[in-house]
Amino acid sequence: MSEQESTPSIRLPDPARLVVSNSPHMRSGENISRIMFTVVAAMLPACAVGIWFFGLAAVWVLLACTVSCVVFEEGWNKLNKRPSTWKDGSAIITGILLGMNLNAGTPWWVCVIGAFLAIILAKQLFGGLGYNPFNPALVARVGLLIGLPELMTTWNPTHAMVSTLGAADAVSAATPLAMAPGKVEVLQMLIGNTKGCLGETSAIALLIGGAVLLIFKLIKWQVPVAFIGSVAVITGIMHAIDPTTYHSPVVHILSGGLLLGAFFMATDMVTSPMTRKGAIIFGLGCGIMTSVIRLWGSYPEGVSFSILFMNALTPLIDRMTVQKPFGYVAPEKGKVA
Amino acid sequence: MELKFIIISIISTGIIGVLLGVIIGVVAKAFAVEIDERIEKVEELLPGANCGGCGFAGCSAFAKAVVAEEAAPGQCPVCSGDDVANIASYLGIEAGQGEKMVALVRCSGDISNTVRSLYNGIRDCRSAVVVAGGAKGCDYGCLGFGSCANACPFGAIEMRDGLAVVHPELCVGCENCVATCPKNLIVMVPAAAEVHVYCNSPEKGAAKRQVCKTACIACRKCVKASGEEEHMLVDGFLVKTNYENPPSADLVEASACPTTALRVAGKHAANEYQGVSK
Amino acid sequence: MSDKPRKFKGGVHPSDSKALSASCAIQDAPLLDKYVVIMHQNIGAPPQLLVKKGDVVKKGQLLAKAGGFVSVPLHAPTSGTVSAIDKCPGPTGISVPAIHIDADGEDEWGSPFEPIANWQNCPAGELRQRVWDAGIVGMGGAGFPAHVKLSPPEGKEIDTLILNGAECEPYLTADHRLMLEQAEDVVLGAAILARILGLESAVIGIEENKPDAIAKLEEVAGKYHVRVQPLPVNYPQGAEKQLIYAITGREVPVGKLPMDVKCVVQNVASAVAVADAVVKGIPSIERVTTVTGRPVKTPGNWRFRIGTPIAKALELAGGITEQPAKLLLGGPMMGIAQSSLGVTVMKNTSGILLISSDEVSLYSSEPCIRCGRCVEVCPMSILPATISQAVENKRFDWAQELNVQACIECGSCSYVCPSHRPLNQHFKWAKVEIASKLRRRND
Repeated sequence: MSEQESTPSIRLPDPARLVVSNSPHMRSGENISRIMFTVVAAMLPACAVGIWFFGLAAVWVLLACTVSCVVFEEGWNKLNKRPSTWKDGSAIITGILLGMNLNAGTPWWVCVIGAFLAIILAKQLFGGLGYNPFNPALVARVGLLIGLPELMTTWNPTHAMVSTLGAADAVSAATPLAMAPGKVEVLQMLIGNTKGCLGETSAIALLIGGAVLLIFKLIKWQVPVAFIGSVAVITGIMHAIDPTTYHSPVVHILSGGLLLGAFFMATDMVTSPMTRKGAIIFGLGCGIMTSVIRLWGSYPEGVSFSILFMNALTPLIDRMTVQKPFGYVAPEKGKVA
Repeated sequence: MELKFIIISIISTGIIGVLLGVIIGVVAKAFAVEIDERIEKVEELLPGANCGGCGFAGCSAFAKAVVAEEAAPGQCPVCSGDDVANIASYLGIEAGQGEKMVALVRCSGDISNTVRSLYNGIRDCRSAVVVAGGAKGCDYGCLGFGSCANACPFGAIEMRDGLAVVHPELCVGCENCVATCPKNLIVMVPAAAEVHVYCNSPEKGAAKRQVCKTACIACRKCVKASGEEEHMLVDGFLVKTNYENPPSADLVEASACPTTALRVAGKHAANEYQGVSK
Repeated sequence: MSDKPRKFKGGVHPSDSKALSASCAIQDAPLLDKYVVIMHQNIGAPPQLLVKKGDVVKKGQLLAKAGGFVSVPLHAPTSGTVSAIDKCPGPTGISVPAIHIDADGEDEWGSPFEPIANWQNCPAGELRQRVWDAGIVGMGGAGFPAHVKLSPPEGKEIDTLILNGAECEPYLTADHRLMLEQAEDVVLGAAILARILGLESAVIGIEENKPDAIAKLEEVAGKYHVRVQPLPVNYPQGAEKQLIYAITGREVPVGKLPMDVKCVVQNVASAVAVADAVVKGIPSIERVTTVTGRPVKTPGNWRFRIGTPIAKALELAGGITEQPAKLLLGGPMMGIAQSSLGVTVMKNTSGILLISSDEVSLYSSEPCIRCGRCVEVCPMSILPATISQAVENKRFDWAQELNVQACIECGSCSYVCPSHRPLNQHFKWAKVEIASKLRRRND
């Protein structure tokens, strides 16, 4: 109203260019891609160790998975005339996670099938990022495990194993969990010189990645702690009862996909509970299921199954753990709200 | 596997099947619910849109009410006259058809005609109105986020340049849109009336023109043009169509509304009016 | 009551940007030739107009009387002529009725009441009536009539008076400067308020990022048994319920008032207004407001008459150096975005803030990735993400079940949301829909 009256030397805002919106009008600089790419960074140490021990084959698997995940994501967006989403980084995470969950010698077409299962079946058909009930990479891994069991349970030996054991022995060597208790070399498992999926072998690299996630507050500490803790307790009890049949808890924690699962997959924001209380329940459930499958199930490994199972329970856990608001008063009985 | 087991299982499954069949048959007879077949027939004749325009919870409930003679077939706003006549003759009752009503959005302020601030937030009128009154220069105009269009089960409301436009030929008069408008812009008018004033602002003419080019400024040209027929009524700073005695479409031409707030519904729907720059 | 403040759950730490204006002493804004006093400045009933076009008014003269118990009178900001009773752009984007006054430049005083010099011996009822007559509202932002809070209904006992000097909103420094420059008045106001409530003492809660104000208040506080309580810096520390919890450890039940936990909270600016009204006989016709933001040439704190157009306020601050993205009344977390410069300073306008285009937050509503950050920061411990999804699907009943009504609209959830979802707007919408459903049912 008073623009005309004001002295011309004083500049006032142009009301036509003012945006109106609801409060708040400030925001922390956080956004989805920043979160996602920090997660990618946290996965790099484990990938690097995988490449170190398994060589170029690991690079190809990781590349094939990541590229095909991004291609499927973008293809789906194009097909459905949706805006491009690969830049938010979630497809890249799924690709890398899928690669980390495969043997270094996996043929490229298996990677492509896995990427299809992960991106199209597990994610986009449910509505894309944020709406998938199950962790896409895990759906792909379990899908491949059931569909191609032979391929998915053959593991490349590490270069170091080939040079110490000789090629033939290295190929026929078992994964730590499949070995007889007492024959497992814990030190090799810490650094990752053992058989298994290319991203899950090195405990130290995974712990570094987990620490990064915790420092940047991208995961709730309750999930890995409850998960790993419950596995340790249950396998510890069994080991104490019968050390000849059951591995020590240290082996259980360091072997297979437990650390990878506990830090990178069970903590997936979309498919795990939102509240801290829920996160503890979720972690405990994962741990108990994993231990049961490992100790008494027909599969040597149970991390993927247990996380998927708990993913299915997440909505229930969320509902169960709705927190009481500040100053909450229970509605009076007999009074209809 | 021994043949014996196969035979035993076939026989036992067979017996269980027969038994269950008998039980189901008996129960169906004994606890049968009488259904008036007329209800099903009437429901078939109804459009099945479940729009709720009749005031009942869907077509099935309405059919029940019609058969029980608690409602007249003509209460269905969606049925054509023939449909209503069919139902009435089938049941041998009065059609009881009222005048066909259609929705009218009393605003013509699309983006090119009104002042509108940049709004950032939820794209829903009912939510936008909580923030800065919907960020519209005119406090009474269409917000343009399409809550009414989303509520219309018949696709009769088009969102065009930030303005809700009713296509009268598609509108069946179910009234679903009326309650969704946070500015209470939508009213039901007789479909027979063609000429409407597309403005709802009670402000003074000068104040309206500051924010909207196509506001009704109550210049009364249309009132004068309609002569002594009282086709148009003046209500404060706003002229309204007299729906008791609506004018013919010629009035719009004859009155030469300076802001084009006075429009023929069909032409408005066909986007034949452009805002005047005066 | 312990001396160590409790920490409420949740909260965020936005960069406070208070340095822009924190060191600028309060200046008296020069007299303008035109004021536009918006009629309805308080929560509750609008006041009833007493003047008409052409009336000559004096500074402090009654323009409108209270329109009910939850309502306050309005007074003329200066002497002059009522030029129109007409609409003007309101703070919520809808035009509102306002009294337009052409100032005569004399600023001639015509107070509606006399000072009460001996307030220590004045009956509480008379002091309370004075607070009402002076038209004092919650000046921190809400605009709730002050006298209503001072009138606990029969059977409600009050044992704590809290003065809210937290000023947890980023950018705003008006209360900070007021506490620093008029510490005596703040304490005096606190003492008068305490007397009205029949209390011996009062507590002033201040965030620790204002050490100079804390020190200054502590110097003078002893005179009237007022205690200064430094509080940790955590937005929304100044929200009534969080403040009460921090100082007394009591939780105000959802849907109840501070009164229900024996507390009364008043803003420090309101306390100063009370002191002015009682001791000097000045009604609520001016307030200290921060004009700030990065696009503002010379940010600062001014004492504006109520009814000063914000265009004039921005001119005092030297105008702008770049076109801002948003113009806000209030702070960046809870302020209301404006699309017009015609809005005028009201009794609850604590700040006029310009947000530059590079720090503005625009909403894009990407899908929720369920990161749970909003759950972590929610000071009311509700589930913002879940409620927002319920609202997106128009499931207002579900939102109600998830206690959306407990939301205090502090905006912490939207502040941290990596998907840039308009969570706060979802809740506001849900509350409106739930309230209208309730109204429909009661009709």
